[in-house]
Amino acid sequence: MTEPTIDRRELLPQLFDSPDKALFISGLAGAAKDTAAFTDDGANLFTMAGTMGAAVAMGLGVALNAPDRDVVVVTGDGELLMGIGGLVTVASMAPGNLSIVCIDNGQHGETGGQAGHTARNTNLEAIAKGSGLPSTMTISAPEQMKDGAAFLKTASGPRFLLCRVLPSAPSAYKRNFDPVACRHRFRDAFMRA
Amino acid sequence: MADATWPEELYALLRKADITQFCYVPDAGHQVLIDRSLADPEVHSVALTTEEEGVALIAGAHLGGKQGVLLMQSSGVGNCVNFFSLIKNGNFPFLTLVSMRGDFGEGNPWQIPMGQATQPVMEDIGITCLRAESPDDLIPTVQAGLTMAFQSEMAIAILLTQKLIGAKAFG
Repeated sequence: MTEPTIDRRELLPQLFDSPDKALFISGLAGAAKDTAAFTDDGANLFTMAGTMGAAVAMGLGVALNAPDRDVVVVTGDGELLMGIGGLVTVASMAPGNLSIVCIDNGQHGETGGQAGHTARNTNLEAIAKGSGLPSTMTISAPEQMKDGAAFLKTASGPRFLLCRVLPSAPSAYKRNFDPVACRHRFRDAFMRA
Repeated sequence: MADATWPEELYALLRKADITQFCYVPDAGHQVLIDRSLADPEVHSVALTTEEEGVALIAGAHLGGKQGVLLMQSSGVGNCVNFFSLIKNGNFPFLTLVSMRGDFGEGNPWQIPMGQATQPVMEDIGITCLRAESPDDLIPTVQAGLTMAFQSEMAIAILLTQKLIGAKAFG
């Protein structure tokens, strides 16, 4: 397996044309920081700072009930693995408006950089494919980011993009940690749209 | 329970209250609700791999402007505990119907520890439990729970006790 060369801080702006078109749900830690930095912690984003493993299922709930919107889950390899069954549930419900972007740095960055399963023998794209997601793709080099962007736009959903990245620091961004306020702003913005 | 009419009334009540997402791990105690939701083109009927997914799915449905309910057995409550932090922290409106095991007349010892812990565990993490002990008291109890969850934004569990649903024959 080739070593990844993507700097995660450059990833999301390359994958999406605009930070405010889709509805974003992100799991905890680095994925939440990167997504908050990308959207400037916008009203179209709900991040978590706990409940590890919840992001995919929460995004599925949004996608089923907001069928006219593009819904994107941004998660990390550790977070995704903690709720890995969610991929199966996504495949069974098969909402075409859902994309899952997994930022895989092969380690648990938030807790000191301990090696993760994907640094050993686990391939998350293969798991997503085996779960039954119709479209899956892996990128690991900066020049592939445009292919990832095209995949997210055109592949039939639900789609899974595995982004293997360098184990470098996530975006430095201090997001809103008040989940009640974030819930209200998300729902209010969604209902107004 | 096979002949009971309350499961049909219960489904009608939930639909009248605009519940449009049913999340569940297959369970005999919720069989009628699950079957009705699968046959209902107006709702999302979501089979889960584990109950905790349902907690996050209900929160996601709320962000998408809709109302859901999580149907689970008492053993599934143990699978959800950390995810209840999402409900509690975000003050999400939340309703779950829990079919009890390890309760009145249980004959399977494996069901006892979680069944006996179900209500205290939920209450410890901030979910208000309403017990339904008989067919007469079920519909008013669920009606109360719907109002508390979706008007007052509380986290509510309706416990369908084994006095109501019967103890499954085991052995």
